[in-house]
Amino acid sequence: MNTNRDMSVGEVMPSRDFTITRDDLIAYANASGDQNPIHQDEAFALSVGLPGVIAHGMFTMGLLARAVQDWAGPDAIQEIGVRFTRPVVVGPDGAVVTIAGNVSAVDDATAILDLSATAQGQTVVSRARATVRRA
Amino acid sequence: MALNEAFVGRSYAPAQVYEVTAERISAFAFALGDTNPIHQDPVAATAAGFPAVVAPATFPISFTLLAAESLAADPDLGLDWTRVVHGDQRFAYARPLVAGDQVEVTTTIETIKSMAGNDMITLRGDVTTVDGEHVVSCWSMLVVRAAE
Repeated sequence: MNTNRDMSVGEVMPSRDFTITRDDLIAYANASGDQNPIHQDEAFALSVGLPGVIAHGMFTMGLLARAVQDWAGPDAIQEIGVRFTRPVVVGPDGAVVTIAGNVSAVDDATAILDLSATAQGQTVVSRARATVRRA
Repeated sequence: MALNEAFVGRSYAPAQVYEVTAERISAFAFALGDTNPIHQDPVAATAAGFPAVVAPATFPISFTLLAAESLAADPDLGLDWTRVVHGDQRFAYARPLVAGDQVEVTTTIETIKSMAGNDMITLRGDVTTVDGEHVVSCWSMLVVRAAE
């Protein structure tokens, strides 16, 4: 059964804001096994030269995949890739990551989605792209 | 360069079997705020065409990077895990990863490069079921920051 979206070139995946809290990072550390203290402990993060607690790059990628899944369909993601270019600093009040995308190519079975993620007004990924199955 | 380029092309056989459980899938989805019932509810997953609750697309990182981390135990490679930053990541699926899958990871060192004093190593984790069915391949490019 295919419940995925049909897609055409130029179609826009609407922009969505996701709030990340430090509690989310602890839950993600436990679920993913990545317990690096730079994602949990502000004093440690500062001691290694970071501006504060930063989100796991894979947390941001997880949000990208979640946005694609929600828009393109539950069985859509065939391939997804991303380069992490800038850390997402998560303050005591959290951080907001904005995810958006657009369809850059289609063939009979799949579409290419070019994706973006920004936080504090700056892009935090490059070469973010998914290959998704179309309806 | 701190990394030993002679390791390019080397493959590491799976060290253990990883059980993809409904609990692990649920916890991973929950941590990302992903409330889609296909990750929680077998009935919803079946209705969407999956044989069981399905893992979020980035879920394999929870066991492929552990497999990669074990490479740091080989002093001849020279991989200092405490200096590693995640540079990029890609997943390519042959089929969805679902609860009940028993999988193992074969890790291959694809490239080792040096740029601006940092080393970059690309690892490919090929995830197969214990019966040999390919499920997903995962590329992790890790930047090993130069020592001060």
